[in-house]
Amino acid sequence: MKKTILVFSAALILLVWLPACRHSSSAQSTALRPAPDFSLTDITGHPLRLSDYRGKVVILDFWATWCEPCKQEIPHFIDFENKYSAQGLAIMGISMDDSEPPVRDFQKQYKMNYPVAVGTSQLADQYGGILGLPITFIIDRQGRILARHIGATNISIIESEVQKALAQAP
Amino acid sequence: MSHPSFPHRLFVRNFVLIFFLFAVFALSPAPLALAADSTNMKTLTAEELLHLLSSPAKPLLFQVGSHMLYMQAHIPGSEYIGAGNTPDGLQRLNARVSKLPKKTAIVLYCGCCPWSHCPNVNPAYDALTQLGFTNVKVLYIAGNFGSDWADKGYPVAKGE
Repeated sequence: MKKTILVFSAALILLVWLPACRHSSSAQSTALRPAPDFSLTDITGHPLRLSDYRGKVVILDFWATWCEPCKQEIPHFIDFENKYSAQGLAIMGISMDDSEPPVRDFQKQYKMNYPVAVGTSQLADQYGGILGLPITFIIDRQGRILARHIGATNISIIESEVQKALAQAP
Repeated sequence: MSHPSFPHRLFVRNFVLIFFLFAVFALSPAPLALAADSTNMKTLTAEELLHLLSSPAKPLLFQVGSHMLYMQAHIPGSEYIGAGNTPDGLQRLNARVSKLPKKTAIVLYCGCCPWSHCPNVNPAYDALTQLGFTNVKVLYIAGNFGSDWADKGYPVAKGE
């Protein structure tokens, strides 16, 4: 009887835990491939070109105004901009909204302190497809992709990766 | 000092077991995601949809997420309708189904973000049921369209 209960409990726990793992965000190794360069115009009209940020650590955040997990991450990125920009961190928000007006409103409402542009499907393809949000890339000072996080990610993981990348010499 | 009786120990052990299982359920994100199913939406899995699409009684398949997502990847044969959380998307949905019989089989899908956070499928589903459609289902996409459809090797089309 005891064994039955134990086996039943273990099976139940696995049944609960395995789908839970599937829902958590995932970081995928990209073997330090170069981050594809892109050139966009941000929503304030300024050019936004990734290669202009060579020598900096970049958080490239694909997000959208209607994406709840994205909204949870953005305040942390605003904090990072304040905390780490002097050490060489740059953050770029690439909105995957279908139009610009809601993005402008959102940037004002959230007081986003880093450049934001509306992305394109071509840019999404360059980055392996943005088939779900948020997706966050950490790019090192040499312009290589250090990490790709799919889904809402524990912000301490991103911060730790950023700190390690910032510690490396330009 | 007396030892606890056998029934008492059994009670304590069962209590600990139940408490542990409850804690696992409470802390796991899975039940939260499943809680999104507590709406009255009828859902189907990817495998069920693929089976349906290969049968003669194919349903109409509407993507009710963003156009940006549809452009990158969508289920072949599906129509872009527009985001279900926007007035424009719902207007397009209304227009698309206005001349269809109420028994038409329709499957909605999005996959923009995790199921429990998707802003689009619920409003689109509600709109169709309020219009009187009786055979509407939503494709259950747990995480997103990339992880739960494209990365699994299911058929994908690109572009308009």
